[in-house]
Formats: sequence, structure tokens, C-alpha cells
Amino acid sequence: MSPILLAEQVLNGLQSGVMLFLMAAGLTLIFGVMGLINLAHGSLYMIGAFAAAAVAGATGSFALALVAALAAAAAAGALIELLVIRRLYARDHLDQVLATFALILILSEGTRWLFGSFPLYLNMPAGLSGTVTLPGGIVYPVYRLALIAVGIAVALGLWWLNARTRLGIRIRAGENDREMIAALGVDISKLYTLVFAIGAALAGLAGALVGAIQSVQVGMGEPVLILAFVVIVIGGIGSIKGALIGALLVGLTDTLGGVLLPELFKLFTDPASAAATGSAFASMAIYVLMAGVLIWRPTGLFGART
Amino acid sequence: MSRERLLNGALLLALIVIPGWALYADEPFTITLATRAVIFALAAVGLNIALGLGGLVSLGHAVFFGIGGYAMGILASHAQSYTPLIEWPFVIEGTKSMPVIWLVAIVASSAAALLIGLLSLRTSGVYFIMITLAFGQMMYFFAISWPAYGGEDGLSIYVRNGFPGLNTLVPIQFYGLCLALLCLVLAFNARLMRSPFGLALDAARQVPERVRAVGLDPRRLQLVALVISGAITGLAGALFADLNRFVSPTMLSWQMSGEIMVFVIIGGVARLFGPVAGAGIYVLLEHLLGGVSEYWQIFLGLVLLMVVLFGKGGVVGMIAGRRRDG
Repeated sequence: MSPILLAEQVLNGLQSGVMLFLMAAGLTLIFGVMGLINLAHGSLYMIGAFAAAAVAGATGSFALALVAALAAAAAAGALIELLVIRRLYARDHLDQVLATFALILILSEGTRWLFGSFPLYLNMPAGLSGTVTLPGGIVYPVYRLALIAVGIAVALGLWWLNARTRLGIRIRAGENDREMIAALGVDISKLYTLVFAIGAALAGLAGALVGAIQSVQVGMGEPVLILAFVVIVIGGIGSIKGALIGALLVGLTDTLGGVLLPELFKLFTDPASAAATGSAFASMAIYVLMAGVLIWRPTGLFGART
Repeated sequence: MSRERLLNGALLLALIVIPGWALYADEPFTITLATRAVIFALAAVGLNIALGLGGLVSLGHAVFFGIGGYAMGILASHAQSYTPLIEWPFVIEGTKSMPVIWLVAIVASSAAALLIGLLSLRTSGVYFIMITLAFGQMMYFFAISWPAYGGEDGLSIYVRNGFPGLNTLVPIQFYGLCLALLCLVLAFNARLMRSPFGLALDAARQVPERVRAVGLDPRRLQLVALVISGAITGLAGALFADLNRFVSPTMLSWQMSGEIMVFVIIGGVARLFGPVAGAGIYVLLEHLLGGVSEYWQIFLGLVLLMVVLFGKGGVVGMIAGRRRDG
């Protein structure tokens, strides 16, 4: 295997890692502040992608599509928070799982009803559709580099929000002691709706950005949701830093495993069965990683020790 | 308690009367629907032991359901093509005999439950939910990318497997077989709930500290519960694959896990007949609403949302009142 191919795969891994981070950051923020496990986070990802595809189809503008994705996902998030989610904060995890599973059914079938079962396509912006030659002779799509840049920018933005703004102080205070911050005059239910909407907007953004390299279809959110869960388990629930490290680990393991394991099996068996066996085991690589982290640290790399 | 007994009796009676009527009226499709409901109920009884009794919110029970299904698919496909399963170190042939398939399904799914339990029970709460979901997805992707047994397309069997003394191709005979297994497992479950193990498990769910104080290990109790639970769901998986004469990665999908959990919740968590009521209602809704609208799962979602938000205790809970031990 040539170093150039390997470098490309590392970039691919980073790209899928930062997109996973957008999902995982929202999930972990919502869990950290409200103590809620939200299975419907994948539906918000899907809503973002569909809103972007619809607006891009109508106006032809990718920038407007991104704005629409953010707005639609944030609005949908705020709406379901007001209608359903806020009744679940005091409930146990089982009720949260079931109610958000019900939301998946409603949102997925509702989207199918509105847009049909056929996948939609979202074209990436013309300015970013080419490739660029990186130092070392690596030819790489500009759009994927842009995704990595967006992911890093969001990570920095979230850090700034959390560490340097009044809202961040309130979020951190809400994580630590919700009674106390409510007693200090912060409208806790408004804060919860806002946090949920921010998480939803991040998921919608990820959906729209990834929608331009994959097809936009019903059910696209759940595989990503489960990967984001793996990320959170690895990184530790409630930790945004953990979500970032976990997402990059999962993205790199998944991408590199898919390339390296078939190569590894070629050392033992004939190429055809090596490719099949290798890719079958590569699909398990991130879960093996998760199991390893669990044995080493049951609460994740950056999780609170219980 | 007596109201719950009455309800249980009524449910059991319905499981005999409805297919009996269908046989008399010559409606084989109704029998197939009833078989589907009974098999789903069996899978949900399995989950109910982990979820209701053990308090383990497993969102990965499709793993066991699917392993049971693939146990049937793999054994029967080898028997069908007259190729041995493995040749070394000793020859293992495929089989078309249900009891052998069931045994293999139970052993394989409980082994998987043991492995998943050992890893996931290191954690609890929301971690446990995510981890069981993740291991479910792992098996799903493995089944899709493993080409030997059909990969994404799944595996078809031409003829339903046999049971000594019965013609399983006759719908009512296969139904009777499934119902008998469900009754056996329900009887086992009822005994389990009253056994020292069941009581200790119930206590471990409610107050793990006290269980630890009397010298029992809650983790170990939960692990055993998960293995029993996985074994029963695996058996249901083998029957489900035999009903459809088909097994595919869909049986391992997270939606399947969610559905099995929905059966338990709609019916009533930790109630002996909760899964039976839930699976029956699900199959009925699927049949009735599926005919009305292609998008019937919207209604299923709304029903589920209402049950979770406003109707604690599921259908059995609403009719028979709260459990005494709450």
C-alpha cells in the first residue's frame, strides 16, 4: 500500500470523524445538561439533510441550503422539546428511549410521506467540487477538506461558547446543579429548549454537509446516531472533549480498518476471500475499539468516574 | 391480582379460539398472523426477563433474535445442499430437525448474551443502552458484509424444517408448536419470578446496595438474567425464521430491537402476559393500519408515545392496575 493512498484514507477518516463529532457533540451536550438520552437525534440529522436538499433544489444555492438545514433542524428540535422531550426529563431512561423511539417512527414516516421513498440528491457547491493537490502529491476533493475545516471550526466555536460566554456558564452550571441555577433566576426550561435546539442544529448541519456526498434518504440518520453513541461511550458521556477525541478515533478506525484489514488478510489467504473476510471484520473494528475502551475504562476516556 | 389472572386467562383463550375459528372458517392467513404474534410474544417474554425483572434496558435484543434466525438458516441451508457445516476437526452436518435447530439457537444466543453481558454490564444506565445498541449494530453489519450466508440478501429455505410426528407445513400444526413453546416458556417465567433467583434479581433492580449487603452480586444476577433472556429470544428467532423460511440481516437490525421492546412496553413491563398482549396488539395494528395507510408506523409511533407519556404500565397495567410491589 502506497503512502499516498494511506494519507488519503487518513484524511477520509478525519472527515468522517469531524462529521460524527457534530452529531456526538449535540448528543453529549443534551445528555450532560438535561440527563436525556435522545434516540431521535438521527431524525434531526435527516431533517437537516432534507431541508437542505429541498432548498438547494428550489434555489440552487448551497449557502441557503445550509441556512435552511440549520433553521429547520433547530426549529424541529425546539418543537419536539416543547411538545414531548420536556415531559421526559424527570422520567427514567427506559421512558426516554421509548418516547424518542416513537419520535423516530413519526419523523421518519412523516418525512417519507412528504418527500417519498426515493433518495434526493444534494449537489455540493460548484466552488468546492474540484480536487486539490496537497503537499506530497495527494490529490484530494476540496469539499471533503472543507468539511474537515467546518468540523474544526465548530469544535472551536463550541469550546468558545462553553468557556467564554454567559450561555456557556449557564450550561455548565446546569450540568452541575440545576436547582441552584434556577434559584439564581435563570429560566431553566428556556435554557433546556435552547440547548436542545443547539444540539439539533449541529445534527442538521452534519446531515446537510454529509448529504452532499451521500444520498439524502429516510433512515439515513440512525446508522450515524449509533456511531455517535459509540463515540460517546468511548469519549465519556457529557464531555465535549471526549466527543471530539472519540469521533476522530472512530472515524479513523472505521476508515483505516476498511483499507488495512483486507490487506492484512491477504498475507494469509487468497485475495478474493481476503477482501471479503477483511471487510467483514473491518465492519466490526470500531465496536472492538469500544469494547477495549470499556474494559480499560468503563466510563469512557473523559467520562466522570462513578 | 385476580383481574390480572382473568386477563391472562382471556389472552390465553384468545390464542386458542382465534386460530381455531380461522381453521374452521378456512382462513389460513389469520393463522399465519397469529403465529407471527405468538413468536413475537416469545421474543418479548425473553426481553421482559432482562428488562422487567432485571431492569436492564437492552436495545440490542435483535442480536439474539437474529442469531436464532441464522442458526436455523445456516443449519437448514447446509442440510438442503448436502454440504457439511465444517469438516475439521470432525464433520458437522446441517439439519432440518427443529429440536436440534432450537437447541443450537439457544446455545448460540446464550453464548452471545454471555459475551455481550460480560462487556456491557461493566457499565449501567445510559451507557448500557448505548452499548447494547452498538453491539446489535455490529452484528448487523457483520451479517451484511459476511458473504458466505447470503450477506445483505439473506438466506432462503425451500421447505420448513420438520418436527417429529407433525407436519409443520400445515399452518395450524406449526402454530400449535409455537403456542406450546410460548406456554412452556411462560410457565418457566412464572416459576422464575417466584424462585429465589427471581426474587433476588427483582431486589437487585430495586435496591442493589441491599442485595450486595446480604452477600449477593447484583452484576452476576443480571448477567444470568441476560443469558436466560437471550436464550429465549434466540429460540423465538429460530421460529420466526422458520415461519418465513427466510432469514436476513433485518432480523438483526436496531429497528427489530426497538420493536421487541415496543411489544413489552405496549403490553406492560414485568407483567407475565404483558409481552403476549403487546405482541398481539402490535400484529393487529400492523394488519389493520397497514391496510389503511402505507405510513402506518406514524400511528404506531403516536400510540407508543401516548402509552409512554400517559399510560404507565401498558395495556395489562391499565386493565389490571399497578403491580403490588411497584
